[in-house]
Amino acid sequence: MLILRYAFILVVLLFLAAPLVVIFGVSVNEPKQLLFPPEGFSLRWYAELFQASDWLNALRNSVVIALGASTIAVSIALPLALYVWKKQSKMAQALFGLGVAPFLLPPVISALGFMIFWITVGFYGQIYATIISHGVFLVTLPLVTISLGLEAIDRQLIEASRTMGADDKTVFRTVIFPLARPYMISGFAFVFVLSLNEYIIAYMVAGFTAETLPIKIFNSLRYGYTPVMASVAVFFVLTAIVVFGSIARFGDLPRLLGAERARR
Amino acid sequence: MTQVQIENVTKKYGDFIAVDGVTVNIPDGSFVCLLGPSGCGKTTLLRLIAGLEDLSGGSLSVGGVDYSKVPAHKREFGMVFQSLALFPHLTVAENIAYPLKIRGVNASNRRVRALELLDLVKLPDIADRQVHQLSGGQRQRVAIARGLAIDPKVFLLDEPLSALDANLREHLQIELRQLQKALGVTTIVVTHDQREAMSMADTVIVMKAGKVQQVGTPVEIYRNPANAFVANFIGVSNLLAGRLTGLAQFTFDGQVINLTPEDILHVQNGQAGTLSVRPEDIVVLPDPAQGQLSGQVSFIRDLGANVEILVRVGDIDIISICAPQSRPSVKMSDRVGLQILTGRATVLAA
Amino acid sequence: MTTLTARLKDHRGPAYPLVMLVVFFVVPFVIMLSVSFFSRDEGAFFQPAFELSNYARFISPFFGKVLLTSLTFSAAAAIISVSVAVPFTYFVTRMRARWQSVMLVFLLSVLSLSEVIIGFAWSTLLSKTAGIGNLLVAIGLMEISQSFTPSLGALLLGLTYLGFPYAVLVLYPALSRLDPEIPEAARMLGASPIRSFGNVVMPMMRNTITGALILVFVFTLGAYLLPQVLGRPQHWTLSVHITDQAIFQSNLPFAAAMAIFLMLVSLALVGISTLLGRART
Repeated sequence: MLILRYAFILVVLLFLAAPLVVIFGVSVNEPKQLLFPPEGFSLRWYAELFQASDWLNALRNSVVIALGASTIAVSIALPLALYVWKKQSKMAQALFGLGVAPFLLPPVISALGFMIFWITVGFYGQIYATIISHGVFLVTLPLVTISLGLEAIDRQLIEASRTMGADDKTVFRTVIFPLARPYMISGFAFVFVLSLNEYIIAYMVAGFTAETLPIKIFNSLRYGYTPVMASVAVFFVLTAIVVFGSIARFGDLPRLLGAERARR
Repeated sequence: MTQVQIENVTKKYGDFIAVDGVTVNIPDGSFVCLLGPSGCGKTTLLRLIAGLEDLSGGSLSVGGVDYSKVPAHKREFGMVFQSLALFPHLTVAENIAYPLKIRGVNASNRRVRALELLDLVKLPDIADRQVHQLSGGQRQRVAIARGLAIDPKVFLLDEPLSALDANLREHLQIELRQLQKALGVTTIVVTHDQREAMSMADTVIVMKAGKVQQVGTPVEIYRNPANAFVANFIGVSNLLAGRLTGLAQFTFDGQVINLTPEDILHVQNGQAGTLSVRPEDIVVLPDPAQGQLSGQVSFIRDLGANVEILVRVGDIDIISICAPQSRPSVKMSDRVGLQILTGRATVLAA
Repeated sequence: MTTLTARLKDHRGPAYPLVMLVVFFVVPFVIMLSVSFFSRDEGAFFQPAFELSNYARFISPFFGKVLLTSLTFSAAAAIISVSVAVPFTYFVTRMRARWQSVMLVFLLSVLSLSEVIIGFAWSTLLSKTAGIGNLLVAIGLMEISQSFTPSLGALLLGLTYLGFPYAVLVLYPALSRLDPEIPEAARMLGASPIRSFGNVVMPMMRNTITGALILVFVFTLGAYLLPQVLGRPQHWTLSVHITDQAIFQSNLPFAAAMAIFLMLVSLALVGISTLLGRART
């Protein structure tokens, strides 16, 4: 019985990993062709990612946008989460709903909305438009993680610090903020990774002027194949694994995702 | 015949040995408590009997039949879990009748049996309630009713009463015992509460660190603990670390205690040992020259129903308990004597 | 301090988030709604107007078919991915904490991949020269390698892959909070492990499973790239047409109309299934 269980899990994991394995193989292929199993072994496509000016430019854009969007998303999510945690009124819940809404809609709809908005306002094609759009679209993630984190704070800690003489500002600075910080960091990390990977909003809002890595991959898909596409994909996967792996290593990932307490 | 035979059973998790070579024979129809501190392996042993865990070694038979490899859902045992594990999406009657439904019993027979069992646990009117509407005590009884639904060969309970408040717990202890006597089913209960074990069990199996420390009736274990751990775990015990010097002499803190032939000795002459005596078996005498020991009164606790006197001897406080009527006229810092009642001292291995 | 200023001060915390969300989220949608009634302008994106012609274009067999295709694909992807995700997530929640973290890291990494990467990865995996075709030839199941894409099967596989991590993440909290003694109790009462899962665990998880189905359904409705890369033109979903109209046909009003329509359809379906779910309990 146990064997069946592990076999099933293995099959699912293979399913999830299969495309990634192929992409990796393709990325180390020597000639500039889409071949698997790879012919020869070469890391030159990774080198090109960090050397060729067009890929480097796209990389720079992606990272800048991701950092900017993460900052914006957390800056919006934190006061919102704090407010909802303190008040717990209907108004607060409505605001929370507003914060969750961007992520619930299919990205293509949000992308179109943003595109039309920026055209109307006149910033269409600017990199700032992408940064803000990503920041707002991905607010949901830090909002949820920070809310979970705040929920986990024992209210008695706050009461204790009050009895010891701390005013509201001090309580926030010395008790709430340090306890919420890991969740802020993981929220930031989530947004960073997803913004790096995000395609449709970046494309619709400023696709031709602020080319990000996913946009460049899509263009390459249509207009000419190069294994650098694959090395970008591998780069993304590795970044994600590093980021999420760090969160798992230094924090409690199961808890972060909703488990009440991790088993054993 | 459903006696349970546990033969050299072992359970390992990697390097950790949860149950270490346990051999026990549980007679048909008896009420047995597995007693011990948390982490001693009692719950693991119960789960091994239930079939929820696989044996790492040894064997398990019930009624002479080897059950070691039988999967849990084929064993036909009844079980009450610590969290009760009542199915939230079923009503009380549906919960109780669940094992019958699996076995293909038709709806009206199931209903009859469920109502029968609810009568048995004294909850006749709640058949169609939802689980979340019940109180703690009610849920407890429903879990018991469900465990007994198929007239199991063996009835297993894992800390069944630990979530209840003290009053309800004592009540249910008595009811559970009465129920078991009426049905005659071999019952094994896991508990960390020695009072509970003492009140309910025919036989108590004391465990520590995966090994059995002692098996016996509650009175046997209380009167004649096999070692210092059991002596201390069951009730309160004064433990004096010293040496057996001479055939009936125990030396402690430089003082010589003369023992009587009725006292129980687990060690040989000359060996180090621990003298164990219950607080109610040692009496404080106002004259320090009298008795087997002498010391100084360090604390007196008047608890209403009885009086506790703590006497400092060497570097321990010996506790003596007596009824208020027999209270000796001593006060704090008095030098006093201590007398052990005949035959109530046990010298355990060190 | 008057009560009014006190109350205002109390609420100043969420002021910045509120402003940001309203300006950059609510407003864009209001604008998109109005643009859906505008007319197309070749030179300047769109011309303010009020015409229903964009919406009128829905009432055609072509778009009826597109809508049906979109709904069917998403439903299929939702059913397949949730069916696999339920037992998978259940097994993961029974693992030790450390292994759960490993699984979750892996799942989150897959989840973070955008549709572009997934499209690229699957089209490569199913291609003639670089995919499992070669593997099948190597183990003798096929004569020569062939491409499995574009095809209906490829698209379904891709959509399922897209939605699966989300299904797992929705199911995870509820399944990990499931008291492990409940399936054990079912076993002690005579249910085989499979029966205890189907008979006891699944009914308890009914609401969460419904939630997961809805999430994957709505999410895959928004797939704009996979139908293009892994499917043939007759497989193009509504989202593909939205992107197509918006970018390549430069017909923003029509794209906006379709987007609004898609949003309404999603909301309606979510609403209906939520209501049905409530009615049953």
